[in-house]
Amino acid sequence: MAKRIGMEVSIAASEAVKLADVDLIAAYPITPQTHIVEHLAEVVADGELDAAFVPVESEHSAMSCCIGSSAAGARTFTASSAQGLALMHEILFIAPAMRLPIVMVVANRSLSGPISIWNDHSDIMAEQDIAWIQTFAENGQEVFDLVLHAFRVAEDSKVLLPVIVNLDGFTLSHVIEPIEILDKAEVDKYLPPYKPKVRLDPRKPVSMGLVGIPEIYTEAKKATNEALINSKKVVLKAWKEFGDLFGRYYNPVESYKTEGAEVILITMGSISETAMTAIDKMREKGLPVGLVRFRLWKPFPSTEFKKAIAGAQTLAVVDRALSPGGACGPVAEEIKAALYAERGRPKVFNFIAGLGGRDVTVENFEEIVSKAFTYAKKRPKQLYEMIGVREI
Amino acid sequence: MIEIRIHGRGGQGAVTSAELVAIAAIDDGKYAQAFPSFGPERRGAPVAAFIRVSDKPIRTREKVYGPNVVMVLDPSILKIVNVAAGLKEGGTVIINTSKTPEEMAGLLNVKAKIVTVDATKIAMESMGVPITNTTMLGALLKSTGIVSNDALGKAIDKRFGRIAEKNKTAFNRAMTETIVREA
Repeated sequence: MAKRIGMEVSIAASEAVKLADVDLIAAYPITPQTHIVEHLAEVVADGELDAAFVPVESEHSAMSCCIGSSAAGARTFTASSAQGLALMHEILFIAPAMRLPIVMVVANRSLSGPISIWNDHSDIMAEQDIAWIQTFAENGQEVFDLVLHAFRVAEDSKVLLPVIVNLDGFTLSHVIEPIEILDKAEVDKYLPPYKPKVRLDPRKPVSMGLVGIPEIYTEAKKATNEALINSKKVVLKAWKEFGDLFGRYYNPVESYKTEGAEVILITMGSISETAMTAIDKMREKGLPVGLVRFRLWKPFPSTEFKKAIAGAQTLAVVDRALSPGGACGPVAEEIKAALYAERGRPKVFNFIAGLGGRDVTVENFEEIVSKAFTYAKKRPKQLYEMIGVREI
Repeated sequence: MIEIRIHGRGGQGAVTSAELVAIAAIDDGKYAQAFPSFGPERRGAPVAAFIRVSDKPIRTREKVYGPNVVMVLDPSILKIVNVAAGLKEGGTVIINTSKTPEEMAGLLNVKAKIVTVDATKIAMESMGVPITNTTMLGALLKSTGIVSNDALGKAIDKRFGRIAEKNKTAFNRAMTETIVREA
């Protein structure tokens, strides 16, 4: 087993990209993602990675460049955050429609305004319908592992879809912590070279990204959606193989102390670790509470989620984004929709926390759980509640 | 688990010193975390950085609210930030100052181990710049022994390259000149 090294999580992400031996990186710098592509620019310039680094003039161009590169059969990577991701928006839909296995790391950050560079999930939750596979990392080791997993899944001939690996900006991206870096031979065992079935090649011309006239569009959308839903099998297989090779096993939904839990907290991303500490504290006091967290977000792992929460009377869903004017936060919305047809479904209460870099503390989780126990007895008036709001 | 909060001003290397301690602790075989307070980074503005060191994997990512150790890189911070906020009982406060621990104990009014070192003077004489982070690490090591001298030396070498030696001179001087006053 490799030695644990203290390194910044952003650097671990770029080391994984380097080990994946990508052919092209197109990126535009944006906080808090910057260190990832900065480091990649360095390793390319130093000759440690034989790849084209394309410093584009905007994120719109970054994603456009990635699409051209991937269509030509190159292993392609980019990274972005917040307004940068938003500027890619219209191009993001094109990649899965063309079945291009681009991998992107999103260092999650709040969308302005007001202007904010800090962490929440509003950037990625505005991109729910782009048809990319999406995972969320909760620590630096997961970031490293999930980037390798992303290439493996994206390029599988049964999948051929782009993948986003989400990691919390600053609160994860800028943290120094112990990470095991695999060596090149180990990575090569897991990730074979990308062999596209079809690619842009002047010697063997093909047409890609064609118009979807009304007679075709519906079928094309259905096909991409089915590819996304069916990608879960490959996602699971690629995690199983990763575990068999390197000893770290991952699941689409992870449970922590859910046995006998009346209330289950639902989280995503790096706050899940703080949530575990809160669960330990509350369990010591005898509260029947557990934690379920999503590692796979899209395709939504409905079956695994329902299994994980079976037996709980109440769910306390923590959202890191607001859906203004809506019924609740985006994660709660997905969960409520998934559970609506279930007999004996649990009560679902939604809490919005950690917007725009507001710290999410152990105490916040204790407050959320305590409110969930209260609301289970007496239904609250509001559909969701914002946590930690300062009021005069 | 030991939690450390570092106070300084932008440009004094608070974040770098936190990173060096975490890297050294992990090199020692421990678990550690280092992260900045993620404010708008501006030279001269008050900043904070956080360290956690533990024998077990660390599973919390909130800021450090109840530190075991507080380290102050710039004495002028004391007038504008309550550096001892949340300090755990039996905690340690390490301050860059020309004053004695007794004088500082009177000023701070906390029940804590008080550690002082004139880091600005040492940094100026050893490196010619008032950047006190590596000097203050000497005081941290002397008063807490939180990481091995060896691992920290390696981390300093890797981070500073050709100016590592100067930083180590300042660090070593602080190791001898630091004054510790038990609570």
